[in-house]
Amino acid sequence: MSDKNTPRGASANVISTQDTLSAWASHHRFSAVQSLGKIAAEPLSNLMTCLVVGIALALPVSLFVVAENIKALSGNWDANPQVSVYLRQNIPSASALLLGDKLQRIGGVSSVVYVSPESALEEFRKYGGFGEALKLLDENPLPSVYIVKPISADAESVTLLAQQLKGLPEVEYVQMDLAWIKKLQQILKIAERFIFLFGFLLCLGVVLTIANSIRLAIEGRREEIIVVKLVGGTDAFVRRPLLYSGLWYGLLGGLLALLLVLLVIHLLTAPALELALMYQSSFLPKGLAISSALILLSVSTLLGLMGAWLATSRHLRQINTLTP
Amino acid sequence: MIQFDAVTKRYENGFEALSHVSFHVQRGEMVFVTGHSGAGKSTILKLLTLMERPSHGQVIVAGQNLSRINTKQIPYYRRNLGMVFQDHQLLFDRSVFDNVALPLQVAGVHALEIAKRVRAALDKLGLLSKEKMLPITLSAGEQQRVGIARAVVNKPALLLADEPTGNLDPALSAEVMNVFQDFNRVGVTVVVATHDLELVHRLGHREIMLRQGKLIHGA
Repeated sequence: MSDKNTPRGASANVISTQDTLSAWASHHRFSAVQSLGKIAAEPLSNLMTCLVVGIALALPVSLFVVAENIKALSGNWDANPQVSVYLRQNIPSASALLLGDKLQRIGGVSSVVYVSPESALEEFRKYGGFGEALKLLDENPLPSVYIVKPISADAESVTLLAQQLKGLPEVEYVQMDLAWIKKLQQILKIAERFIFLFGFLLCLGVVLTIANSIRLAIEGRREEIIVVKLVGGTDAFVRRPLLYSGLWYGLLGGLLALLLVLLVIHLLTAPALELALMYQSSFLPKGLAISSALILLSVSTLLGLMGAWLATSRHLRQINTLTP
Repeated sequence: MIQFDAVTKRYENGFEALSHVSFHVQRGEMVFVTGHSGAGKSTILKLLTLMERPSHGQVIVAGQNLSRINTKQIPYYRRNLGMVFQDHQLLFDRSVFDNVALPLQVAGVHALEIAKRVRAALDKLGLLSKEKMLPITLSAGEQQRVGIARAVVNKPALLLADEPTGNLDPALSAEVMNVFQDFNRVGVTVVVATHDLELVHRLGHREIMLRQGKLIHGA
């Protein structure tokens, strides 16, 4: 640098690109740390903002996890559709047993399992809680049942197979456990879409909440913003710490949302397992995948940035036209 | 250094702050812009710092026509100016050092270079021992000197001051003016808007006098 007393014009402020870059990076670091410090300096009011963000995001994410679990459950059933074939009561067990081979040879049948009336009664006694009531019966009221697994899982071919089985003289009644699954899946589709729209609205709420917090921050730093602009600070320079504030709000809110979702999952897992046990299902409730958690955090951070961007582009322009 | 060509500034409410004002300031000159409040002194400084744009006419600074500078370029233009305000516009949440460093920080100067230049500016204004203090703990005269240090820290070729002695007693006012004269002596062009006529006459620099937005003396 030349003698400090020598005045220089525009050339005095030509700064090397490398300097500019390192100053830019250091201002990023400075802004990031400073804005986090400002949030920590007012923990209560900022915790409020983060909590609002956290709760707003935890709601749709929890619903999403529940819906995913129901979907997994129904998908499980859907993948292995079964047709229960109830035989007529008057068919002797010997001919009932023989029917198995016949069923096996029907096209589209993958496997056949015979459930005798005795074993069905035993199962009832074990799991159904009907033990006492069953003692009152003189004879076994249950029919012989074949559980037929079709090769193809799609609804049309299973329905066709069921009709074919119904036509057999020994068969009293055929039950497909497919119809209600289809209905459930349709309901799930609606629920999923609802969660999506609901989540979208809540995300919008998050953006506006953070935009409002940033607007307050801008009001609080009005003096500073005016002075920085007067001494040649660019809009980007002024905006940077505010964008970092938004980013932190989003990220901290996202972390709170994650904690809330994990709490919800924790509270629901035990009763869900009990329910699964009642249905003798080996179903294991799914938690939140790490990838989903990361998506949650990045979305919340992005929403924070968007809120800050919204607030700064609206309110910094107003300060722009003002003079001290 | 500065050229006003038939500049008129009319505000949206119809008030004409400047009417057809033309004048010239040479490079290295020191001038006073005088007049009662509302005469248009501040408007001239606002046009020079691009806080306002003229309704008619042209302002040229260091060969640059200010009407060709778009909003995005304004920060870069301002980095070549030094500005001193009546209420000095210091930030009370940071030290004297950080206040003076601000113009260099926004310009992306390296931290080591900032420290060197800030200390040089503070030294020049006799504030080196106060660099860690908060502005609120300083006297009015010291606060104004911090404002001047901030204005000169980026070594501007043009120094603009709007009523820099407005809140100071005569002794401090004379001291502040001496500082401006020092900078002028080493080649800085200085424009001071003031209504302190006694001080102006004593210092004997050219006076550009305004009355109700019209230039009446000193073009």
